[in-house]
Amino acid sequence: MTQTNEIGDIQVAEVLDTSGLLCPLPVYKAALVLKKLEPGDVLELTCTDPGSLEDIPALARQRRDVLLAVDDRGGVQKFWIEKGEGV
Amino acid sequence: MTDLARSLANISQTEAGPKRKRLALVASKGTLDAAYPPLILATTAASLGWEVGIYFTFYGLDILHKDRYQKLKMASLANPAGPIRLPNLIGAIPGATAAATKVMKRWMKRSRMPDVTEFIEMAQGLDVTFFACATTMGVMGVEEGDLIAGCDIAGAAKFLDYAADADVQLFV
Repeated sequence: MTQTNEIGDIQVAEVLDTSGLLCPLPVYKAALVLKKLEPGDVLELTCTDPGSLEDIPALARQRRDVLLAVDDRGGVQKFWIEKGEGV
Repeated sequence: MTDLARSLANISQTEAGPKRKRLALVASKGTLDAAYPPLILATTAASLGWEVGIYFTFYGLDILHKDRYQKLKMASLANPAGPIRLPNLIGAIPGATAAATKVMKRWMKRSRMPDVTEFIEMAQGLDVTFFACATTMGVMGVEEGDLIAGCDIAGAAKFLDYAADADVQLFV
């Protein structure tokens, strides 16, 4: 996993903003989007729930997706998740 | 999920190799505050791609009862952590339970949390299995038609058979 502030040239297939939502909604909503994507597609996810910093990596690990990058701007976190082949 | 999507999911699951994880929950309480944890854990686990079953037993069966699941209440009585902190003597006064329930619902709405109805729909949309305890139904005079659609009536042995193959088992 790369900590980065500049995501650069990652091609994003879908964008989801869960600002203001608490667990389990960021994970639930992200999973619904990831299910619809094709393997290799990238979801750009924004969260404000402090638990998301650990929850979203757990979601990616359990679903066998790839967490490409995290941008933690204190209170707002962005995640780039590449859908894996597993789920 | 459509039948096509479900069969595609099944194919990718078998081809993926590693066994799908399973969560088995017991929901034994029928108060508003106690209804949330199993539903939150179930929808989260299902979002992680796990197979999930909840065994609704004793008062927990109210969460599946058509006429009751939208009217679940919570008491401040004997609940020092409740949304309104009243001495038990006052918590016993008529209206105290209604007030605590109202505050809890307001809290959840203010936090943009789904209500029980929405959580049930979310769980069903993720194919969470709702096991309805057969003994509770018998003891409390609940018929299959009293339950929300799609419940799986189960005795303890059937649920334990399911839970024995689970990676995580929790009693709520």
